[in-house]
Amino acid sequence: MHPALLGIVAIVVAVGACTAYFYLSNLLLDKVIFPARGVHAGRNINRANMIRPWLFLFPALFVLGVYLAYPVVATLWLSVTRRVGSGEEWAGLANYGQMLSEPKFWESIRNNMLWLVIVPAASTAFGLLAAQLTDRIRWGNIAKSLIFMPMAISFVGASVIWKLVYDARPEGTEQIGILNAVYLFFGGDTPQHWLTLPFWNNFFLMAVLIWIQTGFAMVILSAALRGIPEETVEAAIIDGANPLQVFFRIKAPQIMGTIVVVWTTITIIVLKIFDIVFAMTNGQWETQVLANYMYDKLFRANDWGVGSASAMVIMLLVTPILVWNVRNARKEMR
Amino acid sequence: MEHIAGRKSALTWAVHISAALLVILWSLPTLGLLVSSFRTADQIATSGWWDALFPQEQTLTLRTADAQAQRQIDGQYVIEGQLFEPGQTMTISAWGTSSNDIGANKPGDSVSLRDGGTLSVDADGAYRMTSDKVFTGARGQRVFVTATVPPSFSFENYRGILFEEGNVDGIAKAFYNTLTVTIPATIIPILVAAFAAYALAWMEFPGRSLIIAAVVALLVVPLQLALIPLLRLHNEIGIGKGYIGAWLAHTGFGMPMAIYLLRNYMAGLPRDIIENARVDGATEFEIFARIILPLSYPALASFAIFQFLWTWNDLLVAMVFLIDSSGDTTVMTKHIVELLGTRGGNWEILASSAFVSIAVPLAVFFSMQRYLVRGMLAGSVK
Repeated sequence: MHPALLGIVAIVVAVGACTAYFYLSNLLLDKVIFPARGVHAGRNINRANMIRPWLFLFPALFVLGVYLAYPVVATLWLSVTRRVGSGEEWAGLANYGQMLSEPKFWESIRNNMLWLVIVPAASTAFGLLAAQLTDRIRWGNIAKSLIFMPMAISFVGASVIWKLVYDARPEGTEQIGILNAVYLFFGGDTPQHWLTLPFWNNFFLMAVLIWIQTGFAMVILSAALRGIPEETVEAAIIDGANPLQVFFRIKAPQIMGTIVVVWTTITIIVLKIFDIVFAMTNGQWETQVLANYMYDKLFRANDWGVGSASAMVIMLLVTPILVWNVRNARKEMR
Repeated sequence: MEHIAGRKSALTWAVHISAALLVILWSLPTLGLLVSSFRTADQIATSGWWDALFPQEQTLTLRTADAQAQRQIDGQYVIEGQLFEPGQTMTISAWGTSSNDIGANKPGDSVSLRDGGTLSVDADGAYRMTSDKVFTGARGQRVFVTATVPPSFSFENYRGILFEEGNVDGIAKAFYNTLTVTIPATIIPILVAAFAAYALAWMEFPGRSLIIAAVVALLVVPLQLALIPLLRLHNEIGIGKGYIGAWLAHTGFGMPMAIYLLRNYMAGLPRDIIENARVDGATEFEIFARIILPLSYPALASFAIFQFLWTWNDLLVAMVFLIDSSGDTTVMTKHIVELLGTRGGNWEILASSAFVSIAVPLAVFFSMQRYLVRGMLAGSVK
């Protein structure tokens, strides 16, 4: 079948099945299983209302279970087994041991830690700066749109955009990458291949993600800044606070909660970062990160054990944020 | 507000300038690729894109008309004409006939040629070659000119990758494939999530807060964990690699976000409306379909935009669950990554391909920015 046709059929079938399921299951519950009439009408209504939430929840829970909860367990299992023929055999911590002995793994850990510190910090700082600046000017909305725009661009598209920025031509010819052009203009000696300079190239990759995430930070922080009661700022100014003091002593403490949320959200994105490294360097020149290391293991080396073990490492790194988020959500519900 | 402090103008200027710098810094990379996508391979390779916006000095090798064009005027043999092709407007600043000294003459100069005769070239490219003898030879005289070329852009790159039949670098098919993945993957999760969100927002039942906590937890589970187990599952139940697998995977991975966003929004709807409807005897299904769903439109739109951008821009899910060895189902992100590998230096192909894939999300972004921002605020400032 033609894929486009298949797509339309899929939409119709899925939406139709979903609506039919919800409608018919409710009908079945109210009219057949626990009808709201006869001698047990009252009891039946109560029972129906106890079951109904689960009718509403079932498809979503099913999808969540199969596509997110089950894989966590399955990956954990794969990480402690090795493949024998079509089955698996208990391998204990052998996969983890092998992973820990690989220099590429430690390189990924080092780079991920660098990313983890720098990208959220830089994005939040730039976002805060952009929010502060754009909230005070008349053309602030246009400025916001332009800074926010990279959010809509795919990591792959952004990689192409930035590869052009970092492009290097042989010495003596016209440079077409703007970074090298600027570098030579300000007295650099030879054009640099930015993406192949070990260690520093990590920062050039991070710049891409910072460029994308700053808009996100700006939008959220700008909303938080506008939510600050004016009286607190006014009072500080009357008391003689200078703009820096107003910002750091009055505004920053009031939006601390939001800063933390922005920071953790970007942290999670950083931990899963894959596309940018895959498209720009593919982990060469010491730029490997965990997610790309894992992809390498799973689909190039075809080593499910080590691949799953590295996936578990990502999961482990995410867990503190997961716990913190859940605790916050529960606090709010009370 | 800050103006109370009195130092209005200096601070205001500083703010304007810093904001402008930030905006320029943030849009420059994209602008560079956009400009490059409208230039030919030669233009891209010989000068930076920032030069493309201004008239440029270029050295060209041109020829006069050949001997057939000569006429006899007053006993002299004359070839007259225009060096540039019709439609080209350039200004010549220097010219020459020898490759050793291509800038030897000024416009209007008249020089003697090696084979006898003289040649003069004007600034606008008009030339006149005269000689006492008959001009011979199949080709015209070579003229090197240094000319100022006005900026020129073309849609040629886009035409090549989008409409040229049999172009191996063509992106048209990948575009349709991306669309085929994206639309069902955006629509299917919405309805499933909406029902669940309603139950979590407005129904009382034991275990509710536990499920909400689980959704919050699943929100951050890296999808990297799901790759192998789900691929294996898809193979076992016979879906294998293909669109159905990709739709299901996107539905699953988008579900926590969908439930979370929609629940937060629905929980904020006025309680009176729902309770009045219940008192009036509406069933839960009716309340959901007639009241909650229409009222939740902004949240639905927010999620739809998120999911659309996410599925359109996705690379990993497509590579794992969709694209098989035949490559017939390749999507644009994967296509571009391949181009980066095989066509790393061909910026005209890369730039235009990247922009084809970026154009749709950018259009969605600029037309629905409000919903996107609203969704983001609901999704994180809670």
